Amino acid sequence: MTPQEATEKLRARFGETVGTSVEFRGEITVSVAPGKIVEACRFLKTECAFDMLTDLSGVDNYGEDPRYEVDYHLYSLTNRCRLRLKIRISEEDMTVDTVSGVWRTADWHEREAFDMFGIRFRGHPNLKRILMWDGYPYYPLRKDFPLAGIPAELPDTAVDADKVRAAPMLGGPFVATNGTVSSVAREPRQADTVVENIERLKHPNKEEQV
Amino acid sequence: MATQYESELIDSAARAQQAAEEPLDGERMILNMGPQHPSTHGVLRVVIELDGEEIINLWPDVGYLHRGDEKIAENMTYTQFIPYTDRLDYLAPLANNVAYACAVEKLCGIDVPPRCQYIRVICAELARISSHLLGVGALALDIGAVTVFLYTFREREKINDMCECICGARFTTSYTRIGGLANDLPPNFLPMLRKFLKEFPATLEEVDRLLTRNKIFVERNRDVGILRKEDAIDFCVTGPVLRGSGVEWDLRKAHPYSSYELFDFDVPVGTVGDCFDRYLVRMEEMRQSERILHQAMDNLPSGPINSPDAKILLPEKKAVLTKMEELIHQFINVTEGINAPPGEVYFSAENPKGELGFYIISKGGGVPHRLKIRAPSFVNLQALPVMAKGHIVSDLVAILGSIDFVMGECDR
Repeated sequence: MTPQEATEKLRARFGETVGTSVEFRGEITVSVAPGKIVEACRFLKTECAFDMLTDLSGVDNYGEDPRYEVDYHLYSLTNRCRLRLKIRISEEDMTVDTVSGVWRTADWHEREAFDMFGIRFRGHPNLKRILMWDGYPYYPLRKDFPLAGIPAELPDTAVDADKVRAAPMLGGPFVATNGTVSSVAREPRQADTVVENIERLKHPNKEEQV
Repeated sequence: MATQYESELIDSAARAQQAAEEPLDGERMILNMGPQHPSTHGVLRVVIELDGEEIINLWPDVGYLHRGDEKIAENMTYTQFIPYTDRLDYLAPLANNVAYACAVEKLCGIDVPPRCQYIRVICAELARISSHLLGVGALALDIGAVTVFLYTFREREKINDMCECICGARFTTSYTRIGGLANDLPPNFLPMLRKFLKEFPATLEEVDRLLTRNKIFVERNRDVGILRKEDAIDFCVTGPVLRGSGVEWDLRKAHPYSSYELFDFDVPVGTVGDCFDRYLVRMEEMRQSERILHQAMDNLPSGPINSPDAKILLPEKKAVLTKMEELIHQFINVTEGINAPPGEVYFSAENPKGELGFYIISKGGGVPHRLKIRAPSFVNLQALPVMAKGHIVSDLVAILGSIDFVMGECDR
């Protein structure tokens, strides 16, 4: 099955919600309505054998309306063909359903799209920031975010001392506190038990008598 | 009257029996591995939930090497971005250069001459050998076989010397340009390559003898970190990880680029999908790369290395300094960049770590509107929890080594 045939099948199944398809440099890009994207992806995976989601990226088209778009790159191992699906979402409602139920690999890609653009994915198992730290206040890849960045407060320690219980060390052999026991006392050597050495240790500055 | 008590004297055997009958109440412990850790291959943080030593759950935490490459790409011309591609998978910079140049050439619709394509194949295969040597060496080092690491790094030094010969830099090569290469091969490169190819099989044989039938190495890698075929496809892992899981798919065969269709080589495929299979796939890929290098060297065509399309490349310096049209052309090319047509392309290459893809959206002009880098390590790392659950912490070290990811491209 070629990408053209897959597009035709998609259009036959979903009708109006599948928009124009553009062909450039041998690749086909199909616009899909945002509400139907999960169904379209599931259809393409089951009926047209697009079993791999190679990439999922967000794009910010500043100045256009709808401002954001999400691109899905599908790949079929059996037919060896690629297809790109494109959805457009507006700035007011930056939410779209997650496709991580169709391909598990969409998980991290969608987290990255959320991290970089602020696009929310409904139903995502773990929609947290992935590249920036949790609690970073901006969305860096938006066009209105400056290249040099905006100074933001770095987070505190990842683990709060009063929220966790330290693993018990049971006073074991590798727990040391400074200054309590001298290393000579803690790890006695055989040489320390020999009488001459004890004398030498007691008086370290005395000159050796020949 | 004396009170009588009844007491039981329990001996240690009875006490042990009692303890064995009680249910063990284990506490789950959260262990933080990284980001500074010798076995995490860069700055990867893994938060592990342990029951004793068994991994119940794990969450990889990436982003410690995020440098904003994609944002940077939106603010500079295509040629200016080439040094940034070196630093993506910094263990195989030539391969990234080749992938990026091919992607932009696909966008602009430029064809490069056959000599350039063959040289790019040589560069990509050298990068593959270099990266796999490091991957195998680091896996062996983490498991404890320290000698192998030094043997493989000795060979990598020879490859670094060849990179220096070709473009002046051992590591951050920035060798390809849009429409061609920075410079042609210097005269002493091919003899160096021939010498390397004469010595390399012996080292590979040595590494093979030290590891492949080594009982300890096999015990630590066999049946550890199994990634089933269905999971591998669902997670869209690529490269040796996918091939180790039994999927015969190599971009060089499926969608040949840069004249790979003219070369004769095999694609190794594993069966079980464990660490040992991935190690074997990498070893065999190095042997196949050697085959490709021999063919490329023997059949290297002569001719120009740059595309004949005059608008893309910088004109000859002598002409720039003496003629008006070339001066204007040089000025526009350097300040504004090549004039890419509006449109979007996705091009991916078979990098040593997997499928490195560049998704370029151009609205015309010399600066891309959006450059998304589809990093194989980012996607491969997502499958880590599936591979590591149920294993112990020392197995996790082997699994991390066998996935062979690099944080530079994972975080970009």
